[in-house]
Amino acid sequence: MFGLTPLEIEAVQLSLKVSLWAVTISLPFGVAVAWVLARCDFPGKSLFDALVHVPLVVPPVVIGYLLLVLLGRRGVLGAWLYESFGITVAFSWQGAAVAAAVMAFPLMVRAIRLSIEAIDQRLEQAARTLGAGPVDVFFSVTLPLTGSGIVVGAILAFARALGEFGATITFVSAIPGETTTLPVALYGLAQVPGQEGSALRLVILSIVIAFAAMFVSEVIARRVRQRISGP
Amino acid sequence: MTVSVNIRKTLGALTIDAWFDSAGGVTALFGKSGAGKTSIVQMIAGLMTPDNGHISIDGAPVYDSATGLNVAPERRRVGYVFQDARLFPHMTVRRNLDYGARRNRDRSGTGNGNSRGPGFDDVVDVLAIAPLLDRQPHLLSGGEKQRVALGRALLSAPRLLLMDEPLAALDAERKWEVLPFIDRIQRDFGTPIIYVSHSIEEILQIADKMVLIAAGGVSAAGPVEEVLNRPDLLRAAGDGNAGSVIPVRITAIDADYGIATLSFAGGDFRIAAPGLETGENLRIRVRARDVSLATARPQHVSVLNVFEGTVAGISSAHGPQVDVSVDVGGTMIWSQITRKSLDDLSLQPGAKVFAMVKAVAIDRPAGSQ
Repeated sequence: MFGLTPLEIEAVQLSLKVSLWAVTISLPFGVAVAWVLARCDFPGKSLFDALVHVPLVVPPVVIGYLLLVLLGRRGVLGAWLYESFGITVAFSWQGAAVAAAVMAFPLMVRAIRLSIEAIDQRLEQAARTLGAGPVDVFFSVTLPLTGSGIVVGAILAFARALGEFGATITFVSAIPGETTTLPVALYGLAQVPGQEGSALRLVILSIVIAFAAMFVSEVIARRVRQRISGP
Repeated sequence: MTVSVNIRKTLGALTIDAWFDSAGGVTALFGKSGAGKTSIVQMIAGLMTPDNGHISIDGAPVYDSATGLNVAPERRRVGYVFQDARLFPHMTVRRNLDYGARRNRDRSGTGNGNSRGPGFDDVVDVLAIAPLLDRQPHLLSGGEKQRVALGRALLSAPRLLLMDEPLAALDAERKWEVLPFIDRIQRDFGTPIIYVSHSIEEILQIADKMVLIAAGGVSAAGPVEEVLNRPDLLRAAGDGNAGSVIPVRITAIDADYGIATLSFAGGDFRIAAPGLETGENLRIRVRARDVSLATARPQHVSVLNVFEGTVAGISSAHGPQVDVSVDVGGTMIWSQITRKSLDDLSLQPGAKVFAMVKAVAIDRPAGSQ
């Protein structure tokens, strides 16, 4: 396939799988948190806001370490997950997805929150007078009008997840075929003398995928916007 | 069908203390902007909660501070047409229209809704929006949007329709494009309407009853003709064109001069007005500032309409102007004159005067244009 080596194909596939899962599992939470931040007022809101932004400001290694403490097999949550359901996420591709999801979460929330804040709340009032309850209004008016923000947030998070390295290598290490995503594989190659050629190929591959994701996001977001307000 | 409102709410510097009833038809809330009209209808719809009081629709309370009852807006079955149409931008016109209708059907299914609303085809027909059904809202003109908003509210089968200055955002031409539809809604579907406006023209066209709102309170309420014949109150509510409203019947047309004779209880108006037909019943409006007074029958004047009457009342004079009501054969004609003229003519209640009417505005019943 395009003259790629098995190692490269594996890294690309793993990266895409991890990133897609990261976005998929975090999207519902992202929408919910964005809605709470955009619409609700409660004591401790600024603390909650800061907490959501933590992965953006602390070193990724710190997040990876915290995940290990929390979700490792002997971790607080991890032990319970393992004993109750036999699930472990540490040192597996699922763990890589969790790490990527956590790291990408603030970006996703920001984009969605901005588009929820841009919605004219008077439309929601109109929906109420037409017989729609609050939950109905959310799904029939708020969510569809957040469409472009959700697309942008998801793609941003996807791009961020593709590039995730620090938290990933700390939390799930570099297990060949399991957690060697593009950046992890690239880091591995960079450690070995004489592998500059292979490393460069991975670099180019990463850039191509990132650009493709951005391009697709722009096209989709534009379509969504056009559907609502015209060209 | 009755609506009963008795609410209080403090909003910053404005205290709303409103009390009125509506027994169906079109009830207009009239007042200056900032008088609290919009807040009152928002409280009726449930979009704002009063501090205390009660609101009931059809005898069923929807808000009562005594019992702590506050029905959610979506369960009040009160339609709301906003000044800005507020169509859902991500839906076609058809889906917008269907939004309330579908939810009302759902509720009827659970036995909560009792009366079926008007049918989709009827509403589309009456509002003439069939060609727009598959368009997106952003492709509609202001008047079209407002007609769709009317239809959407109507199709949710409301027990009461609230209209908050639905024509204020439209230019004069579009206004007359939408106004007849509001009148038809009332006649064809019988849905009672509470209509917020600061335009006397609109109110005359469609309202049966009128509630004057000034500084959050109700300063007058009653049939439109009655309230509109109180220029002192109207002026306080922000109308500079206050005067008399007189029902007339066209009894003759002089084709040579193009002059129509409009008869009322106290005499005949003769006005130049093309396009009128004998036998028509109209409401005409005579602005108080277009009426001057004389103590002797004026001679050699160009004014066609001079009526003999007696001074019935003089409004308490603040400032340079006073309103004088003249009883002309049982019909009140108001005149706004200066306090100086009042003293110069030494007018007193009971004095014989001649009222000269310089201009007459005709308000035709909607739909006859």
